[in-house]
Amino acid sequence: MIAVAEVTPVWYLVLGSILFSIGAVGLLVRRNPLVMFMCIELMLNAVTLTFVTFSRMLRDVDGQAVVVFVLVVAAAEVVVGLGIIVALLRKQPSATADDVNVLKG
Amino acid sequence: MELFVFLVAGAACIIGALGVVLNSNPVHAALSLVGTLFGIAVLFIAQEANFLAAVQVIVYAGAIVVLFLFVLMLLGVDRSEDLSIEPLGAGQRIAAVIVGLAVLALPLMAFRSTEGEATGAIAGPGDANLLRAEVADVAQLGESIFTTYLFAFEVTSVLLVIAVVGAVVLARKVKRADYVEDPLVAAAEAADAP
Repeated sequence: MIAVAEVTPVWYLVLGSILFSIGAVGLLVRRNPLVMFMCIELMLNAVTLTFVTFSRMLRDVDGQAVVVFVLVVAAAEVVVGLGIIVALLRKQPSATADDVNVLKG
Repeated sequence: MELFVFLVAGAACIIGALGVVLNSNPVHAALSLVGTLFGIAVLFIAQEANFLAAVQVIVYAGAIVVLFLFVLMLLGVDRSEDLSIEPLGAGQRIAAVIVGLAVLALPLMAFRSTEGEATGAIAGPGDANLLRAEVADVAQLGESIFTTYLFAFEVTSVLLVIAVVGAVVLARKVKRADYVEDPLVAAAEAADAP
C-alpha cells in the first residue's frame, strides 16, 4: 500500500491528528506540570502542521500567517506558565497538578 | 522523494511525541519534544513553508525547549517519576486513552467524508493572499501579516508585553515576610515600642 508513493496533503492532516491525540492523552495521563506543558506544546504543533497543510491545499498564505500568531501565543503561554510552575515548585518541590487545589470549592 | 521525507519526519514526530508522554524523566521528555519539533520543521520544508521551518527550529527547539530545560535544572525536579505510582488510577488512564482515540477518530472521519478536500475553496488569481510559487514565502507572509493581519499583529505585541510583565511578577520572590525577621528592623521596632 506504500507503493502508492504519492504523498497527498491528507497524509499530513492525519499525522497532525495523531500528534494532537498523543498530546491530548499525555495531558490527561501525566501529572507533572512541566510534562503537561510539553504535551500542550505537542498539541499546538500538531495544529500548526495542519494549518500549513491547509495553506498548501488552498494555495493561500493565510494559514501560514496564523501559524506565526500561534508561535507568538505559544511563547507567551510558556513564559507565563513556567513562571507559575516555578512559583509553585519553589514552595513544594514535589508538587503535581493535583496539588494545585487552592481554588477548589 | 517526498514520500521518503514524509515517512522519516513523520516517524521522528510520532516517536518524539510518544517519548514525551511515556518518558518518566522530564529531561528525557523535553529532549523527545525536540525530535517532534524538528520533524515538524522538516514537514514544513516539505510543504514549502521554509520561513516557518526556520522559525520553528529557532523559537521552539532553540528557545522554548531550552526554557523548559532551564526550569527543570534550576528547580532540580529532574528526578524520575514512576508512571505506575503516579497518583492516577488505571481507570483514569484507560479513560484518557479512550478520549484520545475519540479525538483522533473525529478528524479521521472528517477527512474520509470530504475525500481529501479541505473546503474546496481554492484561492483565485484575484485573491490578495494567493500563494504564488514565484514569490518567496517570507515576502508573501510579511505582506499578509502587515496588511490583512495588521491589527492582530499589533495586539500580539501587547500580549508579549503582558506576558513579560506577568512572568516578572510571578518569578519575583516575596520579601515582605523576611523584613519582619530582619534583626535591624526587629531591633528598631523593639526600640520604638515603650
